[in-house]
Amino acid sequence: MNKVLLIIQREYLTRVRKKSFIIMLFVVPALIFVMGAVIKMVAENSDKLSSLQTVNVIDKSGSFANKFHDVTNVKFTYALTDLKSSKLLLKDSEGISILYIPANYMQKDSVQIFSKKKASIPLSEEIEKQMSDIAFSNNLISHHIDTALLSSIKRTNISVNAIEISDKGDKNANIGPNILIGIACAILIYLSLFIYGGQVMRGVIEEKTNRIIEVVISSVKPFQLMLGKIIGVGLVGLTQFSAWIILSVISTKIAGHAFSSPSSPMTNALAVLQTIPFGYIMGCFIFYFLSGYLFYAALFAAVGSAVDSETETQQFMFPITMPLLFTYILSVSVLFRAPDSPLAVWLSMIPFTAPVAMMVRIPFGPPDWQVAVSMCMMVIGFLFTTYVAARIYRVGVLMYGKKASYKELVKWFFYKE
Amino acid sequence: MLSIRNIVKQYAGHRALSDVSLEVESGQIFGLLGPNGAGKTSLIRIVNQITAPDSGEVYFNGEKLNQSHIERIGYLPEERGLYKKMEIGEQMIYLARLKGLSRAEAQKRLKFWFEKLEMETWWKKKIEELSKGMQQKAQFVATVLHEPDLIILDEPFSGFDPVNAELIKDEILELNKKGATILFSTHRMESVEELCDAIALINKSHKILDGKVKHIRNSYRNETYFVEYEGSRIAFDGNQPFELLEETHSEDESHTIKIKLTGQNTSNDVLQYLIPKARVNMLQEVIPSMHEIFIEKVNLNSAGHE
Repeated sequence: MNKVLLIIQREYLTRVRKKSFIIMLFVVPALIFVMGAVIKMVAENSDKLSSLQTVNVIDKSGSFANKFHDVTNVKFTYALTDLKSSKLLLKDSEGISILYIPANYMQKDSVQIFSKKKASIPLSEEIEKQMSDIAFSNNLISHHIDTALLSSIKRTNISVNAIEISDKGDKNANIGPNILIGIACAILIYLSLFIYGGQVMRGVIEEKTNRIIEVVISSVKPFQLMLGKIIGVGLVGLTQFSAWIILSVISTKIAGHAFSSPSSPMTNALAVLQTIPFGYIMGCFIFYFLSGYLFYAALFAAVGSAVDSETETQQFMFPITMPLLFTYILSVSVLFRAPDSPLAVWLSMIPFTAPVAMMVRIPFGPPDWQVAVSMCMMVIGFLFTTYVAARIYRVGVLMYGKKASYKELVKWFFYKE
Repeated sequence: MLSIRNIVKQYAGHRALSDVSLEVESGQIFGLLGPNGAGKTSLIRIVNQITAPDSGEVYFNGEKLNQSHIERIGYLPEERGLYKKMEIGEQMIYLARLKGLSRAEAQKRLKFWFEKLEMETWWKKKIEELSKGMQQKAQFVATVLHEPDLIILDEPFSGFDPVNAELIKDEILELNKKGATILFSTHRMESVEELCDAIALINKSHKILDGKVKHIRNSYRNETYFVEYEGSRIAFDGNQPFELLEETHSEDESHTIKIKLTGQNTSNDVLQYLIPKARVNMLQEVIPSMHEIFIEKVNLNSAGHE
C-alpha cells in the first residue's frame, strides 16, 4: 500500500507543480470575481446608466394632451407645439425628443418620435404603453362609461407563488435559482469528468509511449499503478475545486463588501439564494464528482492502456463519451423542466448518467431514497468499472504496436494473471 | 540463486515459452541467448513478476518467487524510457523508492553514482533535455541504485555508443565482482564470450542449449587444428596421424593447413610427424565460437521443426 501512496504523491505533485495548474487556480476565481463585480455594478447602477429623457408631446389629435404621466427617467412636456421649429431645436439638445401625434393617430406607424439619437427601446415601449392606455380610456369615455367609476377601480397585480407540499411542511418552491444551480452543477460535473478522466488517459498513454511502464510495473503491480494514478489525478481535481470554491467565496465576499448598498436588487437575489441548502448540494456535488470520476477514470485508463497514441483513442472513446454527452444535452434542455419525470429518475439511477442527471435534480430536493439508491449504484458502478479496467489495463500496458480491437479487449479481460 | 522450472507461457496466437528450465548460480553472469522473438523477454518478464507463467515455477534463493523479491531484483528493459517531464534526480529517487529505498538512502547512493558516471550536473535537468546516451546511463543507474542481488538486463548494449557501452560493461563486471548475479539477454554474440560464465540458448520458445560457456565450447571441440609451417610443401600421403581438411599455400614458402585428428592421435603426434619435415610456426586448436554454435544450433533446431 505504501507504494500506492508513492505513486499518488508523484501523480499529484507533478500536476500541481505545473505552471498551467497554478495559473488556472487563480484565473478562474479572478474571472468569477470580475464578472460578479461587473454584474453587481450594472444591477445597482442601471437607473443611472440611462439619463433623464424629456419628451415633448405635440398632439394634433387632441386626445392625449396632458394625459401622459412622468415615470423614472422620462418627463413629458407640452411646451412646444410646432413640429418644424421644434425639430430645429433638437439639433443642439440631447435628452429631448419630440412625440408627434397626428390627428389620424389610429393609422399604423403614423405616430412619430424625433430625437437627435435614436430613441431607446424602453422609451418607445413606455410611450406605446401609455398611449394605448390613454386611447383605451378615451374609448371607454366615448362609449359613455363612467370614468370616475373607472379610475376608482384599481388594477390588481397578481403573481403566482409556487408552494410545494412535503412531509417537512410546505416550502417555497421558487424554482429559478434551483434550475440555475442544477444546471451549473451538471455542467461542472460533465466538464470535470472529461478533464480529469482525460488526464488519467493521457498519463497512461504517456507511460506507455515513454516505455517507463515496464520499469514501474517491475516494482509495483499494474493495478497499484492504475489506482495510484486515478487517485492522484482525482486529488488534483479536488484541490482545484476546493481552491476555486474558497477563493471565489473570499473574492465575492470582498466584492460584496466593496459594492454593497442596503437596497440593491442583488440583496433580494441573495435572499432567495440563502433559502437553498448549499451544504447539502455541495456534499452531493463532491460525492457525484468523486464517484463519477472514479467510474469514468477507470474506463479512461483502460482506453489509454489499449492504444499507443492519443490519436488512436477515438474508437474506444465513443461509447464512453456518448452516455455523458447524451445526459448533458438532456439535462440542459429537458431534465430541469421535469426533475421528477420517470426519465430523470431512471437516468439518475444508472451510474453512466447519474452524476450529471442527479446533480440537475438535487436542488429540487428529490426523495431521499432515490438519492440513496443512486449513490449505492455509483459505488457499485465504480467498483465494477475499476475491476474491468484493471483486467484490461494489466495486459494493455505491455502491448506495443498492436492495434487493439474490442474483441482483443475482451480477450485481455479473460487472460489469467 | 534463480531456479526456473518448467515454465510454460501461452499467448493468444502463439506459445512464448515451452517447458523452459534454467539454473542461474549465485555470482554468475548468465547470458540468455536467442534470436528475436524466441521468448527471452517473456521469460524475463516472468522473473520480474510482470507476467505470470501458465505453469511452472520460479525460485529465488530457494524461495518461491513472491512480491518481497521485487526489491532484490534490478531490471533494465529492452524498451527503455523515463518520465520525460520529470527532473532526473527526482525521478531516480522515485524509482528507487518504489523499490523500497528510503528517500535519504536513495539520495545518498544517487550522489555516489552521479559522481562516478560524471552526471552531477544533470540532477535538475528534465529527461527530455538529455541526449539518448545520457538517458540510457541514467536508466542504468536507476536499475542498480537499490543494490539488487539479481540484475536483469534485456539487450543492455543496444542503443549505447561504443564508449558508453564499454563503460556500462565495466560497471556490470564491477557489480558482479561485488557479488551481484547478472542475467542478461542478447542476440549479439560478441559480448557473450568475454562476459558470460554460463548461457542458455532459447529458440522458438524452447531451450535448446544451456551450461557453462567453457563446457559448451569444449563439447563442441572436434579435434580440428590449424597448423602453419615453413619450408617446402609437404605431400601428405595418407599415413599422417590426421585427416587433411584444407590447404593454403603462399609464395614465401609459408603453408597453412586445417586438419582433423584421426584415431587416438593427439596434437603431440601431429607435431612429431611434422617436425622432421618442416618448421612448425603454429598449432592451434579450432574451438567453435559461441557465435558458430549459436548459428548451428538455431539452424538445426529450425530445420528440425519445419
